[in-house]
Amino acid sequence: MLRFIRSRLLEAIPVLFIIATLTFVMIRLAPGGPFSDERNVSPATLAKLEAHYHLDQPLPVQYLTWWRKTLTGDLGPSMRYGAHSVNEIIGHTLPVSLELGILAITFALVIGLGAGIVAGLKPNTVTDYAPMSLAMIGICIPTFVIGPLLLLLFALRWQIFSVSGWDTATDRILPAVTLGAPYGAYIARLTRAGMLEVLNQDFIRTARAKGVSEFRVIYKHALKGGLLPVIAFLGPATAGLLSGSFVVEEIFDIPGLGQHFVNAAFNRDYTMIMGTVLLYAVMIVVFNLLVDIVQAALNPRLRLE
Amino acid sequence: MLLTIDNLHTTFSTHRGTVHAVNGLSLSVAPGETLGIVGESGSGKSVTCYSALGLLPPTATTTGHAWFDGVDLLNCRAVDRRRLLGNRIAMIFQDPMTSLNPYLRVGDQLIEPLRLHRDISRPAAEARAAEALRETGIHDAERRLRQYPHEFSGGMQQRVMIAMALITEPALLIADEPTTALDVTVQAQILALIRNLQATRDMGVVFITHDLGIVAGMCDRVVVMYAGHIVETGPTPALFETPRHPYTGGLHKSLPAIQQRGAPLYTIPGNPPDMTEQTSGCPFLPRCARAAAECGAAPMHLEPVGQDQWTACIRRQCP
Repeated sequence: MLRFIRSRLLEAIPVLFIIATLTFVMIRLAPGGPFSDERNVSPATLAKLEAHYHLDQPLPVQYLTWWRKTLTGDLGPSMRYGAHSVNEIIGHTLPVSLELGILAITFALVIGLGAGIVAGLKPNTVTDYAPMSLAMIGICIPTFVIGPLLLLLFALRWQIFSVSGWDTATDRILPAVTLGAPYGAYIARLTRAGMLEVLNQDFIRTARAKGVSEFRVIYKHALKGGLLPVIAFLGPATAGLLSGSFVVEEIFDIPGLGQHFVNAAFNRDYTMIMGTVLLYAVMIVVFNLLVDIVQAALNPRLRLE
Repeated sequence: MLLTIDNLHTTFSTHRGTVHAVNGLSLSVAPGETLGIVGESGSGKSVTCYSALGLLPPTATTTGHAWFDGVDLLNCRAVDRRRLLGNRIAMIFQDPMTSLNPYLRVGDQLIEPLRLHRDISRPAAEARAAEALRETGIHDAERRLRQYPHEFSGGMQQRVMIAMALITEPALLIADEPTTALDVTVQAQILALIRNLQATRDMGVVFITHDLGIVAGMCDRVVVMYAGHIVETGPTPALFETPRHPYTGGLHKSLPAIQQRGAPLYTIPGNPPDMTEQTSGCPFLPRCARAAAECGAAPMHLEPVGQDQWTACIRRQCP
């Protein structure tokens, strides 16, 4: 197992290298630069600014410099928020996004697994159609509709929650539900499909022929196989949820990391773009590795010696 | 009698309409007896047994009775049925590769019937499981218990299935084509194993197969099924020597014989009937070479034609 993890981590090195290189090339190909939309910048000031951030050096040199600093853990100064480094900004906003993401994924799992298992047990009945219709709605309605809708009902009409902010524990509920709802809907559909598939297998019939109770058939014999598709989906989904959501953070005014993904690109904040992209890539690699480990734990046929 | 099935009807609701899989079937198995159920695919052999044990999907509707130990398996509470399944009644299936749970260790699956139905500690159950594996000819049982099904060959998996079925020393074993998925040498080993274990335990066995060779070697009595009906039943020697239904005769003639090398194999003309339609009269009529006018009119029922032999053919002739 340790060898498997080590080889997967080694495989991640070229992946991260390629992602960083492509990102670097693409953002430099995009027109404009970090200071191009500030008005009335004299050519002399611009030259000074660029010199300060070493943008006057040849691109290969800048690229190598970025790698050298990044490998020591320094993602460089933000070119937009001159007073703060990229490390500082991520350090401030990532915990917020992590908290929101963990709450959202918890909500999504509870709702999704529950609805999916209930639907999968009695296919083509009311207990299947009702949760699956809700799931379809959850997938189809974008978060920028669900979010304001929840705000309208729970914050404005019934005044149970505050409209925006990230101060009290109850401030977490509406954003987590908004962010988690589509994921929960998707997990419900995957769980239903997985359970249906497994419950039709011969070995379930064997279990029933042994006099195993329906409850035990499900949790002991069906769940492991039925949840494999959900686990596969959870890797990239968790990485996406934990790294923040621009839309949800905008709606609920949350100081998370998601806004920086989008704003950095608009601002041509070169160092910020590189930092956030690299962080996201690392998270994807880590969560996919976790998924592989969990899948091997659930499915003995995947275990490699 | 160990198991008595009385007037069993099983239907499935499908997109094409209602499929009448079993139509008023009655049979019984005595302790220590081996009953063979033969017939083509779709004749209702397996469905009969799955119906009796309540193992059919929810699309199936079952009526009738299946008495075992004074319990009507078809009309009792699920809890009462589960108390017997894997305990007094055990079942082994056609395809061992898919019938064992790939996600659970073989040992955990083997001890499950014991842990469910006996008051036994886990270590004691594991010791019993190792013993059961050895009885089915698996060496190195303690190590094997910790392995997963995919680490076993097909024949070994079927041995595990048999060990799992017999671990509670059931009074009745239902074997649904247990050797169909195995190659011929393994098939012989598995059959010998079942026969030995049966002899030492005085266990009743229902053996579902389409292989008449297996029937001749294993079964005391045979039930021949066609289109969800029993068309003929009797002691194995009688059915082989004096079949009294044209379908039984056709099955015999379909067997390849060494003396007729090079001659084309006999096949019963036509196909099994569409089970969504219920016909009065003999369901074998369209394929029968000896059919007469009255065959289409008289309702099916079994008539005695000798020592414990019954046929549903109204002409009752040796074909």
